Amino acid sequence: MKFNSIDELQSALRDQSYIADRGLATSIYLALKLGRPLFLEGEAGVGKTEVAKVMTRLLDTDLIRLQCYEGLDVHHAVYEWNYTRQMMHIRLLEARGEHPNESELFGPEFLLRRPLLQAIEAAREKPPVLLVDELDRSDEEFEAFLLEVLSDFQITIPEIGTIKADSPPVVIITSNRTREIHDALKRRCLYYWIDYPTFDKEFEIVRTKVPQASEKLSRQVTGFIQELRRADLYKVPGVAETIDWTTALVALDQKALDQSIIEETLGVILKYQDDVEKIRGENAKAILDRVKATGG
Amino acid sequence: MFSFEKMLVWQKAVEWSDSIFDVADRLHQKYQTFYRRMNTTSCTSKGMRWLRLSMACHEQHSKPRKSKSLARELSVSQARSTVSQMNSNSILPANSNSNSNSGHLLHNLLLFGRLLRGLGLDVNPGRMIDLVNALDMIEIGRKQDFYHAARTLLVHKRDDLKLFDQAFHFFWRKPEEGWEINLPSIQQRVRRKPVVKPPDLRAPKPPGEGADETPDPNRPPIIEMTLTYSPNEMLRQKDFAGMTGEELTAVKQLMAALVWRLGQRRTRRQKAGRGPLLDLRRTMRRIIRHGGEMMDLARKEPKYKPRPLVIIADISGSMERYTRLLLQFIYSLSEGLDQRVEAFVFSTRLTRITRQLRGHELDHALREVSRAVQDWSGGTRIGDALKAFNFEWGRRVLGGGAVVVLISDGWDRGEVGVLRGEMARLQRSSHRLIWLNPLLGSPDYEPLTRGMQTALPFIDDFLPVHNLVSLEDLADKLANIDDQRAARRQVRARVES
Repeated sequence: MKFNSIDELQSALRDQSYIADRGLATSIYLALKLGRPLFLEGEAGVGKTEVAKVMTRLLDTDLIRLQCYEGLDVHHAVYEWNYTRQMMHIRLLEARGEHPNESELFGPEFLLRRPLLQAIEAAREKPPVLLVDELDRSDEEFEAFLLEVLSDFQITIPEIGTIKADSPPVVIITSNRTREIHDALKRRCLYYWIDYPTFDKEFEIVRTKVPQASEKLSRQVTGFIQELRRADLYKVPGVAETIDWTTALVALDQKALDQSIIEETLGVILKYQDDVEKIRGENAKAILDRVKATGG
Repeated sequence: MFSFEKMLVWQKAVEWSDSIFDVADRLHQKYQTFYRRMNTTSCTSKGMRWLRLSMACHEQHSKPRKSKSLARELSVSQARSTVSQMNSNSILPANSNSNSNSGHLLHNLLLFGRLLRGLGLDVNPGRMIDLVNALDMIEIGRKQDFYHAARTLLVHKRDDLKLFDQAFHFFWRKPEEGWEINLPSIQQRVRRKPVVKPPDLRAPKPPGEGADETPDPNRPPIIEMTLTYSPNEMLRQKDFAGMTGEELTAVKQLMAALVWRLGQRRTRRQKAGRGPLLDLRRTMRRIIRHGGEMMDLARKEPKYKPRPLVIIADISGSMERYTRLLLQFIYSLSEGLDQRVEAFVFSTRLTRITRQLRGHELDHALREVSRAVQDWSGGTRIGDALKAFNFEWGRRVLGGGAVVVLISDGWDRGEVGVLRGEMARLQRSSHRLIWLNPLLGSPDYEPLTRGMQTALPFIDDFLPVHNLVSLEDLADKLANIDDQRAARRQVRARVES
């Protein structure tokens, strides 16, 4: 594709306001070059889904998204027949005194294309980005099916025939690791674990994503979140929470953090009652003091 | 451009698979013949054909490795031999005709792949080929890029990332720094020695059998004469803690005969059947078959799946008398049930033993467990163990409406606050929380200990586990778990900090 080096890709990502590590950039670059799916794992809110969105913009193509859930099946992932339309067609034919025949009823105009089929059809013209989001939410049955599709990018519909993509779509699979995905599927992919960012990287992300926030606020927010991630919490905030919180604070016209505003907005970054209770009050104050002491 | 080298990669890669030594030998011969021929004929087409041949051969013969631990044991010796090869500075044996840098690199790549494989990483030949291909695409001079490329291609589990990093930095160092590598750092990660000597998990030997430690698998089990007239009924009711060696052997057999079933969970999937839902796809087909006439409607019904079972067992000092049998019990559960059974043990720290229990025969499984667990018969910190479970494993193994079975006598020496918070969390994230307490079997036991008192409000079922009858009751209980949640009291768990 159009990138000739990892550096080029990394700076292109930065232009799209996505700050990627060298490692992530390497993985994306190789995924594009080798035509392999990219399997991204990491805690919630570290920017896995965002990779797909940014890639769509970079490659100037379509994003086809398949949100996984338990019980996701072929009818919702690949294709389904449009039954109401078929029914109408039969009635119309009957009204004219004709008989429907099968090949007519199961033609392309009665086919409802679901994400996987869409991606493969679209790839004939311009490979789209196919995002298989939160694969860990689906069940093993779907995984097995996805494996089949990803290995040769073709889908067989008994009534129509085999549809094959000449050049594979750019596939990005994400998982929150609520369960382990089967090795067979992972083996087909390039794997990258997205970790929580360092202070400098996260600060850069906040500055890029919420430019209207003052530098002081951004620094304090980042410092506070970084401290929280070291605390003994059931669910620590991700980068998405950092951005949300900064945006919320800007909306409340805050120029810097203080004790009371933290108390009021703690719900933006902590999503478990136990965690909120643990941080609220003295602990929040202690963290804030530490952040201020280190130059926030 | 790289085709010959790629072939070498294949050749080597096929040799790595430790289960196919014989294939490797055969391939080696083939390779020799090929190499002789190659001097006279053109390389590429033959090379490709050979490649395909070896691929087919490899696919046919490669079987999943027996066990991870075996692979990890292998690793140390493999790593050593790798190092010694590097020490003696030997390059590819005999067949290497390429003296260029790429040859060296490739050779090192092969060794690196072999090292990773030895360490238990799932590095397959296909991946190595990909890596060689990827080398064309990146600036090979930048070590960082090479590192990331190898990492993204060769690792696909988070748990393996650290191991990979260690191996990478250990392997790809400048020769001037010396190849004298102290393996212990990796070795330690690979295999840990138990600190405390585990209790003998096998049933005690009848006297007179001598010091023969490893049981002969070919020898038929000896059933003691005493048992033929000792009524099984009495045995069923006898407390595990007071049993003699012979009785334990008999109980072992009775336990293996227990039938385990676990209630099912209604999933979001449907299958053809007689349920309330309309199956439009099949209905449509029928309509067409009848020439456009709607004769009958096809229906579908929800699909049911067995619930996953999670067992967390206490192996601290106070439970010692029961430990051996409980492990046998867990083993028979994980063998007897169709679904996923996750097993953990704890005394002061939590150890996952799922992998050790699976796919081995009982004695071997118990040996593996005793090797994996570091804190046999230590103190009890139920709260901390549950916390470790909730943080590390809860989100991963409690999906799909899991049933959790906790086995402990409730003698807790940890903090009450921690235990309360973690019990509450565990109950909320499981479909049913069952606590098995061996002491509950004795008539005058009352759950008065601090730990038990704290935990009780969060338990859905509080059952004894001290004799065979109680196990049979448990089997009944498990089989009858349905879609209904147990009625739970709303208990507010405050975090006490």
